[in-house]
Amino acid sequence: MSTGAPLDAITSNGQMRPKRGVPDGLWIQCESCKATVFRKQVEKNFHLCPECDHHFYVPTAERIAQLLDEDSFEEWFSELNPKDVLGFVDSRPYHERLKAEQKKTGMRDACTVGRGYMRGRPLVFATTDSAFIMGSMGSVVGEKLTRAVEKATELKLPLVIVSGSGGGARMHEGIVSLMQMGKVSAALARYHEAGGLFISVLTNPTMGGVAASFASLGDITIAEPKALIGFAGPRVVKATCKIELPDDFQTSEFLLKHGFVDRIVSRPQLKQELVRIIDYCSKSW
Amino acid sequence: MSPQFQLPFERPIFQLEDQLSQLESQSNPTPAILESIRTVRLELARMKREVFENLDAWDVVKVARHPERPQTLDYIELICDEFIELHGDRTFGDDRAIITGFAKLDDYKVMFIGQQKGRTLKERNECFYGCAHPEGYRKALLKMQMAAKYGLPIVCLIDTPGAYPGVGAEERGQAYTIAYNLREMARLPVPIISVVIGEGGSGGALGIGIGNTVSVLQFAYYSVISPEGCAGILWKHVKFADKAARALKFTGKDLLRFGIVDEVIPEPLGGAHRDHRAMATNLKATIVRQLRALLPLSGPELLEQRYQKFRKIGEFDEVVQAKISQETPTAEQTLVGHSK
Ligand SMILES: [Zn+2]
Repeated sequence: MSTGAPLDAITSNGQMRPKRGVPDGLWIQCESCKATVFRKQVEKNFHLCPECDHHFYVPTAERIAQLLDEDSFEEWFSELNPKDVLGFVDSRPYHERLKAEQKKTGMRDACTVGRGYMRGRPLVFATTDSAFIMGSMGSVVGEKLTRAVEKATELKLPLVIVSGSGGGARMHEGIVSLMQMGKVSAALARYHEAGGLFISVLTNPTMGGVAASFASLGDITIAEPKALIGFAGPRVVKATCKIELPDDFQTSEFLLKHGFVDRIVSRPQLKQELVRIIDYCSKSW
Repeated sequence: MSPQFQLPFERPIFQLEDQLSQLESQSNPTPAILESIRTVRLELARMKREVFENLDAWDVVKVARHPERPQTLDYIELICDEFIELHGDRTFGDDRAIITGFAKLDDYKVMFIGQQKGRTLKERNECFYGCAHPEGYRKALLKMQMAAKYGLPIVCLIDTPGAYPGVGAEERGQAYTIAYNLREMARLPVPIISVVIGEGGSGGALGIGIGNTVSVLQFAYYSVISPEGCAGILWKHVKFADKAARALKFTGKDLLRFGIVDEVIPEPLGGAHRDHRAMATNLKATIVRQLRALLPLSGPELLEQRYQKFRKIGEFDEVVQAKISQETPTAEQTLVGHSK
C-alpha cells in the first residue's frame, strides 16, 4: 500500500513529457495551471499544486494516511478477488485486464474498506480508487461496500466513503455490476433507518453508476474542489444536446450551485471538517 | 395484421405472409389451393419459430426497439380495467417518459408505473424517446410512496434506452435522483413487481427496478450500458455495437443464470410486436400470479425478501493468499489515477 515509487513528469493527459537535463520524475506539470512544479513538494502538500491548489489524484494508501489516525486503519474483506463472470473480451480478456490492473496498483480491486479512527473517533471508512479500471464498481466493489455498510450498521459507527470512480458501474461485469448499485443502496437504506451517519466525499471523478448510487446517498455530501461529478459523461451530453456545455458543467462547483453538495472542502481541511461534522451528529444512534 | 416495420431477419417471414395472403385472396379456392394455404401456414409458424429461436443478443436489441412493440400505454389499455393517471413530481414538472397512476388488474388495485417511449414523432419528442429526467424518477417515487401509504402493490414496467443525458438533467440531479430512488424503493413495505418490457437501459431502468420480483420479456434486454455506448468506449466505435451486445450477456437466458431476473415471460410467435393482445395476456397473467404470491407476505417480510434478492447478486472469489506485488507505478497512475 505504500507509494514510495518515483513519479515521472507527465502532462494533463497523462503523456510523458520529455525533459532535458532533469532526472526523470523530479518535476511534474500541473494539469490545471500548467506550471512545472517540484514533485516532492506536491506530494508533501496533500497532492496539491503549490501554484494553484489543483487537486491531483491520491492513491488509496495516502488517502487513508491523510484522513485516519496513524496506523489506526484495520482493513476488512481484503480477500475478495474479482471474477470474470461474463467471460468478457474486448481488446483483451477481462481476466487478463484484472491481472494487469492488480499488478499495476497492488490492489485486488478498486475498493478498500475497513475500520479506522479520525482524531480518536471510530468509524467505518471506504474508498474507491480511480487507478483501478477507472474506479468502476463491479461485484467486488459492490460486495465490499455492502459489507462495510452492514458492519457500520451492526457496530453503530459513522461511515465515510471517499469516491473516485470515473467508470460508474463496470461494463466488463455487465448487468451484475448494475445490480451492485441496488445492493449497496439497499444496505444504505437499512443503515439510514438505523440512524447511521454517512458522509460521502466526492473526488475527481465520480460518475455514472457510482454517482447514481452510494456516492449520492450521504447525509452529508462533501466534494473536493473542481472534481468531475455527474451521471452521464460530458461527451455523451454534448453529443445528445448539441450545445456548448457550461464552463463549470459537472464540477463540484456546479453541483454546489444546483444544490447537490453540502460543502466543497480542500484536501488539507478535509479531516478537520469530517471530524467537526461527525461531532455534530454523534447522538444519532 | 402484420407490422409495417421489417427487421432484416424477418424478411423470410414477410415473404411467406405475402404468399399466404395471395393464396387466401382467391375467391373460389380449389382444393389444391386450400392445401397450399395449409402448407404455407405451417411453414410460416415453423419459420417464425426458427428465426426467433436463433436471435443473437444484437437481434434481440432490435426486437426490443421495434417501433411497433407494445409500450406501457398499450399495456395499460390492454390489461387494466381502469387507469387513473396521476401527474407531476411536485417540484419541477410532469415527465412524460414515466407514466404513473392507479390501475385495476382483475380484482387487484395497484399503483402502475411505466416508462413510455412514444410511438408518433410528437409523442417521442414529448417523452425524449423514453429517457426520463430527474422529475420522472421523482414522480415515480412519489406515487410509489403514496401507494405504500395505502398498502397498494406497485407494478413497474421498464422500457428505456437510459436516463436522459442532458444539461438540464444534470442540473436537476439525475445521479442523485436515481440513487435516491434505489434507496427509497428498498424501504417500501408493499409488493413491487418489475418487468423489463423492452429496453432495460442501465441506471435509468434500475431507477424503477428495485422489485420483489424482476422479470423480462423474452426479447427484452437489461444492461449496464447500451451496446452502442459500450462499443464506443471499449471498441472505440459504435459500429461494433453488435459485438458489445453479445459480450454483455444481457438477454433472458443469461439474466436468469446470473440471478438478475426471476422469470423470462414468453412472447407470442414472432415477437410481441406481432400480437399485442397475446403479449398483454401473458404479461398480465405473470403479474397477477406474482402478486398473488407476494400479497400474503407482511411488510417486513417483503422488505427482507427484496433485500436478500439484491444482496446475493455478485460473483467473486474469496482468496487466502499473499498480497499482490505491485509494479513500480508509472507517472500516469500515481498522478492521474485513471486507467485507459
Ligand atoms: Zn497548478
